Amino acid sequence: MSYLLSQLINGITLGGLYALVALGYTLVYGILLMINFAHSELFMAGGYVGLGVLKVLSDGAVATGPLAFMKPAQTFFNSGMLGFVALMAATFLISAVIVGLLGVLIERFAYRPLRHAPRLAPLISAIGVSIFLQNAVLLWVSSKQLPYSRADGTAFVTSHTLLKFGGVEITTMQVFIVVTSLLLLLFLDTFVARTRIGRAMRATSQDREAAGLMGVDINSVIALAFFIGPALGAVAGVFNGMYYGSVKYNMGFIPGIKSFTAAVVGGIGNLRGAMLGGFLLGIVESLAGGFLETGYKDVIAFIVLVLVLIFRPGGLLGEAVAEKV
Amino acid sequence: MSDTTSTTAMVAPVTGSGALVLQLKNVHTFYGAIEALKGISVDVREGEIVTLIGANGAGKSTTLKTISGLLAPKVGEITFMGEKISGMKVHDVAAKRVVQVPEGRRIFPRMTVEENLGMGAFLRTKDPEGVKSTLELVYELFPRLRERRAQKGGTLSGGEQQMLAMGRGMMADPKLLMLDEPSMGLAPVVVETIFETIETLNKAGITILLVEQNAAMALAIADRGYVLETGSVVLQGPGKELLHDEKVRKTYLGEA
Repeated sequence: MSYLLSQLINGITLGGLYALVALGYTLVYGILLMINFAHSELFMAGGYVGLGVLKVLSDGAVATGPLAFMKPAQTFFNSGMLGFVALMAATFLISAVIVGLLGVLIERFAYRPLRHAPRLAPLISAIGVSIFLQNAVLLWVSSKQLPYSRADGTAFVTSHTLLKFGGVEITTMQVFIVVTSLLLLLFLDTFVARTRIGRAMRATSQDREAAGLMGVDINSVIALAFFIGPALGAVAGVFNGMYYGSVKYNMGFIPGIKSFTAAVVGGIGNLRGAMLGGFLLGIVESLAGGFLETGYKDVIAFIVLVLVLIFRPGGLLGEAVAEKV
Repeated sequence: MSDTTSTTAMVAPVTGSGALVLQLKNVHTFYGAIEALKGISVDVREGEIVTLIGANGAGKSTTLKTISGLLAPKVGEITFMGEKISGMKVHDVAAKRVVQVPEGRRIFPRMTVEENLGMGAFLRTKDPEGVKSTLELVYELFPRLRERRAQKGGTLSGGEQQMLAMGRGMMADPKLLMLDEPSMGLAPVVVETIFETIETLNKAGITILLVEQNAAMALAIADRGYVLETGSVVLQGPGKELLHDEKVRKTYLGEA
């Protein structure tokens, strides 16, 4: 029983990460009917940017030479609860903004010129961007697995046991990940449902031309989707680094595929579907890994995808909307 | 041919004394290599109902799309209230309150009726009071929309969707309202309601550019009409005169 609960908690944590990444796929698909295959690489980029920010803000070994001026700031970020909270806020915010802007840039130069091309063209372009980003990190940063810690080996975030009952343990890191993901999901949901810009996004996803006739600047809406998605992906990337303790240039591939699966399971194009799909996939995977064998977890995850697609081709929350031609 | 010369000769069939609102001068629009508009010139004056009629593929919808900025003309110029709008982005043309109610309704299917109407007023951010009173006006004109305001647009009948599309257009407080085939696929009773509404809106001071396949009804309410054929204007004149023109009767009103 306690083993089941432990696996469930792991699954929810993993699900939070999948959900954050899945939103990026679903947002872009909803508006452009395009699968952004480069999204997994933006998740990876988030992990690297986060590591860089953390090093600059709190690793003494970095505060030399041109970065020596960071010393006093590092003292602040490394002292007490306030410093820690500020460090986390700064890390997530800066990573999200940088990767979000990277997403906007990619859309502008790799996808927008192909907006009126056959649908296969931007898809190929996305794969190209994905390969480019992976290789850029491999060549310019490192081909090795980098530890998510300071040069002296201390982790930026130390996870403590928050709750312990029976054999079940809940760590601060898990709570941090799940609570942050849920808050971001709630925020996005409210933004899209209630704000003027959110309505413009929904209108654009339902009928781009008609939205333009209403006075919606379509390019801005698309750019916004390409900012929000990667920004959320970056948050997941930073969490991923902290949770698993390292980053590598090819770390985006498997979580990317899984999150894409989550988006499809939930009903691609549907925000709540992506959230539901993310948590569902995380939980199923953890339970399968825990009760069968770790090696089976990916198999089970994709069996879920196949089953959902057989019985509900539009996904769990997807609507049976006829394909646009 | 001789029977048409009398009408084509009327080069300046100005009926209204209103100011020039919209002017298309020698507009050529292409779809790739295909020239869909081959030099069209159209004038719309303040307070008029002007109609474009013609068969499928004559270029009626293309003309509206070129005005609203969904398509850009390759040659020629479009001015609205004296300002050049050809080459502008769609949303910038919409900001001039040139409003197109597109062919096939194109309402937002997964938004409620009221959200759809709200999208029509997307650019009226500084006038919440005005938006409220327009909404009231739309509901008075189309009581069905009020009844169904919490319903998703996609669940409405064809006629209700057309009302919603027109209501959504009205929400923008248009100076020029362009309607593309508003009667298409609708029951005769509903068509009548739609045409009555067009006249009501016009009497309320909105200038209207109407594209129709239902030439008889369109010409009956129009001040002036243009007949399009494969991308060119072949006839123009006051609505009533075109209605009695022999060629129009033969070709577009289905008379032997």
